[in-house]
Formats: sequence, C-alpha cells, structure tokens
Amino acid sequence: MRILIKGGHLIDPANKKNGQFDLLISKGIIEAVEPEGKIKDIPGVEIIDAKGAIVTPGFCDMHVHFREPGHEYKETIETGSQSAAAGGFTTVAVMPNTFPVNDNRSVTELILSQARETSNINILPIGAITNGLKGETLSDMGELKEAGCIGYSDDGRPVSNSEIMRRALEYSKMFDLPCIQHSEVLELTKGGSMNEGIVSTELGLKGMPTEAEDIMVHRDICLLPKTGGRLHVAHISSGGSVDLVRQAKAKGLAVTCEVAPHHFTLTHDACRGYDTNAKMSPPLRAQSDLEMIKEGMRDGTIDIIATDHAPHDRIDKQVEFSKACFGIVGLETALPLTLKMVDENVISLERAIDMLTFQPNQLFKLDKGTLGIGKAADITLFDEKMEYTIDPSQFRSRSKNSPYKGWKVRGKVLRTLVNGKTVFKCN
Amino acid sequence: MTQTTTLSQRNIITMESLTADDIHIILDTADSFKEISTRAIKKVPTLRGRTIINLFFEPSTRTRTSFEIAGKRLSADVINISGAASSTVKGESLVDTVKNLEAMNPDIFVVRHNCSGAPALITQFVNKPVINAGDGIHEHPSQSLLDLLTIREHKGFLKGLKVVIVGDIAHSRVARSNIHAMQTMGMTVKVIAPPTLIPIGIEQLGVDVCHDLAKGIKDADVIMILRIQLERQNQGLLSSLREYSNYFCLTEEHLSNVSDDTLIMHPGPVNRGIEISLDVMEGPRSLILNQVTNGVAIRMALFYLLLGENDANSN
Repeated sequence: MRILIKGGHLIDPANKKNGQFDLLISKGIIEAVEPEGKIKDIPGVEIIDAKGAIVTPGFCDMHVHFREPGHEYKETIETGSQSAAAGGFTTVAVMPNTFPVNDNRSVTELILSQARETSNINILPIGAITNGLKGETLSDMGELKEAGCIGYSDDGRPVSNSEIMRRALEYSKMFDLPCIQHSEVLELTKGGSMNEGIVSTELGLKGMPTEAEDIMVHRDICLLPKTGGRLHVAHISSGGSVDLVRQAKAKGLAVTCEVAPHHFTLTHDACRGYDTNAKMSPPLRAQSDLEMIKEGMRDGTIDIIATDHAPHDRIDKQVEFSKACFGIVGLETALPLTLKMVDENVISLERAIDMLTFQPNQLFKLDKGTLGIGKAADITLFDEKMEYTIDPSQFRSRSKNSPYKGWKVRGKVLRTLVNGKTVFKCN
Repeated sequence: MTQTTTLSQRNIITMESLTADDIHIILDTADSFKEISTRAIKKVPTLRGRTIINLFFEPSTRTRTSFEIAGKRLSADVINISGAASSTVKGESLVDTVKNLEAMNPDIFVVRHNCSGAPALITQFVNKPVINAGDGIHEHPSQSLLDLLTIREHKGFLKGLKVVIVGDIAHSRVARSNIHAMQTMGMTVKVIAPPTLIPIGIEQLGVDVCHDLAKGIKDADVIMILRIQLERQNQGLLSSLREYSNYFCLTEEHLSNVSDDTLIMHPGPVNRGIEISLDVMEGPRSLILNQVTNGVAIRMALFYLLLGENDANSN
C-alpha cells in the first residue's frame, strides 16, 4: 500500500527542505520526496490531499508523564498516546516516576509491552538515574538500556547528591545515553508551590526561587567536563539557567536543554486566583525570565521544545493550591503555543519544527525526526492558520488540567501518521 | 440603619478586593452595632432563623468566639466545626466537605484554613456567601476591619495616618490585609522586621521597609506589633527569640521617643515579653483589648451586610 501526501508545504529541517513537495510512502517507509507534481501515475495509490497544510516529520516530545504503571486514573499509555497523536506527536519519551518506578528491566518491559498492546505511536521509556528516584544509589543503567530505555532521569525530583550526580554522568557515558536533570535545590524550594516573587508574596504562598534552579544547573555543568557524560537540562524555566547553559555551550560542553511551552507563554501571574492549573514544577516565572527564555530560543541556546505533559485528575487539582499536584496536560496545546513564538518572531517556523522534531531525536541519537528517504513515515500535517479556542474538555488525554482554557490560538493538527498509518485525523 | 448602601462583594475574602466605600459601610455598620453588646440583654432579632457555619480548620480562640458571639447577638444559629472534628480528617476533600454542609442549607460560611486561597476555592463551589476568617499567610479581612475601626475610633479619621507594622511580615495574613486596606483608606504603611521576615517584593505593594525599630516608629501614628513564632528559628529565619527581642521587642523606652497619641495594637495572641513588653501591652496607649471588643461589632456588621438585607427574599 502506497500513500501520496500531495500539495503540501513540506518542512524537513534535517534535510533543509522547506517548500512545496509531495511525499510518497511505501509500506510505512518514506519512498520519495519530490517537488510538487513530479510524482505521478502510481496505480492504486492512496492520496492525502495536503493542500494548505504544513507537512513535517512527526513531533517528538521527549518529556511526558503517562502515569502507567501506578496512576492510571490520571493517564495511561493508551490515553496518553491518543493525546500525543492529537497533538501531532509520533514519538514520546515517558518519564520513570511511575509506581513502581522505572528503575529496572521489568518495569521497562511492562511499559513497552503495554505500548505494543495499546499505543500506536512510538513510546520510548526513560529509566531512573537512581533506584526508586531516591538519589542514593545508581540504577542498573546498562540493563535499562538493554531493555529499551533511551535516557536516564529522576524527573520530578533532582539528583541532589553531588557525588551521585557526578557518578551518574560518568557511568552513563559507557552507554552513551544522556542524563536528564530536573534542576532544583530542594532546600530552597521546600514547601513552595509557585515562583518566589511579588505574586507569591501577595497570594501568601511559599515561593520557589529561581536560584534553586540556577544553582543546580551550575553544579551539574561544573561536574560535566571531567565525567565525559551528557547533561540535558529538563524544562528550563529561569533566565539565569539559560545564561548558564549558553556559557557552557560556548565552552563546548556536552549540555543541552529543553523548554516547555508554558514557560514561554505564561508567567506567575497565572497563579492569581489560586488557579491550580497554573501550578507546575518548575513554576511559572516572572516576565523577565520569560524574556530570557525567548532569547535562549532565539539564539539557539535552547535546543528542544518538550511539554512536560503532566496529566492530573480533578481529585489532585480541585484542592487547596498548596496541596495541588504540579503540572499540566501539554501534548494537545504544544503546537499552537509554539506557533505563538513564530508569530512573535522569536523563532522561524522552520526552527520551531526543528525543535519539535529533529532536535529531540538527535539528543537520543534516534534515526527519526526527518523526512529522509528510507526513514519511517512518521509525519504530521497541520494547518498553521486555523484559528480556534482551546477547550480542555475536548482533550484526548484522560486529564483536563490546562491553564489555556479559552485561549484563542492558531495552528491545528490535521493528521498524524506513524509508520505510514494514520493515528489521528482532525474531524 | 443609617446606611442603605450595599457592598460591592458578596463574599469577604480579601481586603484587596474591597473598595473604600465598602470599608466605610462596614465600619459605620459596626459602629452602630457596638451598642448592642453593652446592653444587659445582648440580642437583637435581625438574623433570626439564619444559620451560620463557622468552619475552622485551624485552631482559633479569639476569632472563632468572636464570630460566634457576633452571630448569636444577631439571633442567628451558629454551628462551629473544627478541623479535628471535620471529615477532612477522614480524607474528605475540602470541596466535598463544604458541598455537604451546603446541602444542609446554611446561609453563610465563615472559614479559617491553614492554606492560602482555601476560602477563595470554596466560593467556586458554594452559592452561599463566604467570609474568610484567615487563610494561611494570605489575608485576614475581619481582623483588618476591626483594626481600622479601632484606629478610627481613637483618631477620628483614617486618611493620612502613618502605620508601622512590626514583626513576621512574611508569614502574616494580618499584615497583608492591612497593607491593602490601609492603602485603600489613604494611610501609609511601613513594615519593620529582620530581612528574613520581609517577603520578596513587598516594596512593590507601596510599603516602606525598615530594619530598625527605634528609627522606624519615630513619626508613627499607629504601631502594630505581630506575633513571632518560635518555629521560625528552625527555618533559619531567626537566630533566637532572645536576639529577636533585643532588636524588635517594643518597650517603654521606645515609646519615650514617640508621640503620646501613638496607638499600640496587636492582633494577638501575644507572646508576652517577646515582641512587646508587658508595660507597653498593658499601658495607656495599648488598644489590644479594644481591638477584641470591636471584633464582635465588625463581625456583626459583616453578617448583617451579607445576610440581613436579603430579609425580604427569605419568605
């Protein structure tokens, strides 16, 4: 079965293609990419009319929480995958803070087996850096890699102990996988539920200062040169951290970082009224941080857009602010929020696609995120102009926690294909 | 009543959201209610048949009793529920607890909670008015209102008065409410505390910050002392209560340098000799007990304004 995606505006940053191209898929593999109209007379081909649409490699979100095993009432691999497909994502990396924690082969295998049975997108597990995410002893990183993990993280928690983090960076080098750090000095954020600043002062909520992030980012960068490992800073949120990563990159250190859409579209003002949908970790920061985040996107310091998709049931959000869980549903709003950065001239459309596709795959050295000949036909089609109002009740995710309810945005995913198979189609 | 005006708010959650008109209405109403508490028979039928639920998730003696007495003097039925006795201890969520209570048709909720924002959360789920009786370190509007009433009684006016608030500003809902309310009323506010107890960005609310008690209180019309809690020591916010007292305990010596008309206030409960000396506390300028007396009048006024004027609809 062959499929021809015809008449679309194709953007493939890895192959530096940006223009009117048709794309031919055969048996789930990209067979040809040619200027519009050149591919003709293929008998029995299924044609996908992409006129007016942007055609890109399938998006990759390297930072999601699918809650399975353990907290299936918030999300499962099945519902999370549906949410991903609806958001244009064909590949996601699932964080290990499940219950039990993904710190050993059996949990990794369970996740992958559930993925085979219930998901039609690519699910890539991330294994824990330390056993039980306790920050005390290193996980069996080799076994995790053999079982299918593509990186290591204690996300949700930092690796606080400097000695353990140093050894994690050293040991992971042997497996050539990155260590993804949730950068937070816990002593500085204890009891905190939002960014420390004028808003936390007014609301009477304990704050989490940006220094808590900056210090940990700085420490990890200091540890990096001797270890030879690869450091990836998860969900960068403070201006100071962006500066630190920029300096480290200038020195040629093996550091990368990602930003979540909420950290370039919202500030701590969103917490006013005690809206628990604005409660995340790291927290929404001040306007000055947001500007520095945008600068980091503009100059390439920030490599990747990842949503930190953190579904939570109303049980965990419809409570006192300080008792509410951290995080929001991210997958289904990532595209329009990213396009806002294109509107604001922070990044080009091509760079936006790059940050959503090729860059995250590069981090894991995966042969994905491009529309090259012979690659898996993981493809996203979207209408960059279509305007609509975000309505969380329509999310495919099992949870509906989003601070973007009622936002008027543009950019809608029309169709998502994984291995040439349509896994989402916009009605 | 002398006033027939109504409040701009149907809940009393923050002083930040009250207008100067609202505050005048509440203070004037409270003024007119004060006399009831001086009668031999301290009861009027204004809120007969109304049900008030005092929902206190945090220990309180003064505030809870004050709300209870206020309700009873207006002939309302007052139900007290304390945190330890409430079903939240059994794992019920706050939202479910108040929805269940609302199903029994009370007329108003008074809520004290250790989490900032809890009363605001409740207003989203119940249709009855809610009075915030102190939420976390956010606001304590009825305390602020009784402070304003007490100051107005003794000064005759509010506008232009200089107030200093001394103590744990960072963890004080009284300070936050008063900063908003006093600025709304045209007063100026200065906060005095060690830097560890001054919250980030407080200057942006338009207050002056000072770390020297003797200097800071010099031209004050009102000195409001806040309670200091021993646990701040374990959080690294204080070295010791002894050292805190050395620098921030208000004593007669301080008062010898300020005007005789300067008012001394404290929302209680007082740590005697820690943040305020006994002499000052019991001295002629101290209004600490007047504050408590006025608290009943303020709470009567709040109940009346939120409930009383709907009498016609209740039949």
